[in-house]
Amino acid sequence: MTLIYPRSSTTVHPASDYAPYRSTAKRHPQKPLVVIPHTMSELTGPLYGHDVVRSTEFDLTAQHKGEPIGERIIVTGRVLDEDGRPQPGTLVEIWQANACGRYVHVVDQHPAPLDPNFTGAGRAVTDADGRYRFITIKPGAYPWGNHPNAWRPNHIHFSLFGSSFLSRIVTQMYFPGDPLFPYDPIFQSVTDARDRERMIARFDLDVTKPDWALGYQFDIVLRGRNATPTEEPHDD
Amino acid sequence: MTDAANKPQMKSAGITPSATVGPYFKYGLTPAGVYPVRDAFSPTVATPDAQGDRIRITGRVLDGDGKPVSDSMIEIWQADAAGRYAHPRDGGAKPNASFKGFGRGDTNADGRYAFETIKPGSVAGPGGKQQAPHIVVAVFARGMPKHLYTRIYFAEDAANHAGDPVLMLVPTDRRNTIVAKRGIDGAYVFDIRIQGGDETVFFDL
Repeated sequence: MTLIYPRSSTTVHPASDYAPYRSTAKRHPQKPLVVIPHTMSELTGPLYGHDVVRSTEFDLTAQHKGEPIGERIIVTGRVLDEDGRPQPGTLVEIWQANACGRYVHVVDQHPAPLDPNFTGAGRAVTDADGRYRFITIKPGAYPWGNHPNAWRPNHIHFSLFGSSFLSRIVTQMYFPGDPLFPYDPIFQSVTDARDRERMIARFDLDVTKPDWALGYQFDIVLRGRNATPTEEPHDD
Repeated sequence: MTDAANKPQMKSAGITPSATVGPYFKYGLTPAGVYPVRDAFSPTVATPDAQGDRIRITGRVLDGDGKPVSDSMIEIWQADAAGRYAHPRDGGAKPNASFKGFGRGDTNADGRYAFETIKPGSVAGPGGKQQAPHIVVAVFARGMPKHLYTRIYFAEDAANHAGDPVLMLVPTDRRNTIVAKRGIDGAYVFDIRIQGGDETVFFDL
């Protein structure tokens, strides 16, 4: 099977210059991007999976001596291509704030406590069904300096590779019904409400583990679809 | 609880939208000994058994005011010295045993990054033409809702650049922004200017 990567699929992404997200002002190209064909250099990409992940890295609540403070959650989902085919053996990396909305990062000066039992970084590899699973703590909201009284909705950062360098993506997973959605320029920089929906996990009682943790499902769709089988192979 | 309440929401077709890596990615993606997280990747691409010319590539990531971007992540992807990618799509690929061709690094307070790798060979291009040796680059940063793609070419391959099927698509007066030159210490210098008059060429892929 040969995957193709239609450019039209990328229109869901935010614009590089989105004025309400102020940091974009000096960090977006002003000259037109140069359109080039997808060559072997783009159609290939790093295929990392089990070789870089330890089996314990999916559980962010078990990385220290004690258990972290906060609401324990299970986050699971499938990584799919644009045709809905599962992407097995794909690396999923996550990082997030702790339950108080504080990141371990040295630059984060939000006056909320660090948790000695929570770092907030995890890795997993998708199984044969394209599924990943993390155990973590629900991250807190936190303020940022974008505009007066700006707060980020609760979110978990996700980084994925997929089948080629064209399917590479970094995104953020949000939680359903967050009251901060209308005020968050990073969330709103995806301008179509239906596209924003695909960044929101859904609560799932089947994933929820009785007497232990709420469960959320978050599927991720990467670039790439099957070239029409009857076509001649595309000129790479 | 009804079954209906438990059904997946019908989500519209399309890929998952991109979002910025934000300012706090380093402890998760590029811990590099600063944080108590194991590194999955590093800016050292050249493995001990990799054949080819060992090279160092370094540069600064600069914003539209020419200020260093200290919270950027750079990823590179390249062929080995014989022009083979460690990926099944590159049919004839028989890469060096441990050479993956992928590197990840971040920028420091000065906006500087550095990779240790090997010089890639030329690889197949459109229409059966060979492409001049190059490295594919993805640039991530706070303030970038989606990553930017560029390429690193090498000054000593100038003779091949005129006919290169990708470089031919780049305006002549901008090609120099994606050609790395050796500095006095032998390292290739490749600055990434996100915005401005001498803006680096970025690609629509």
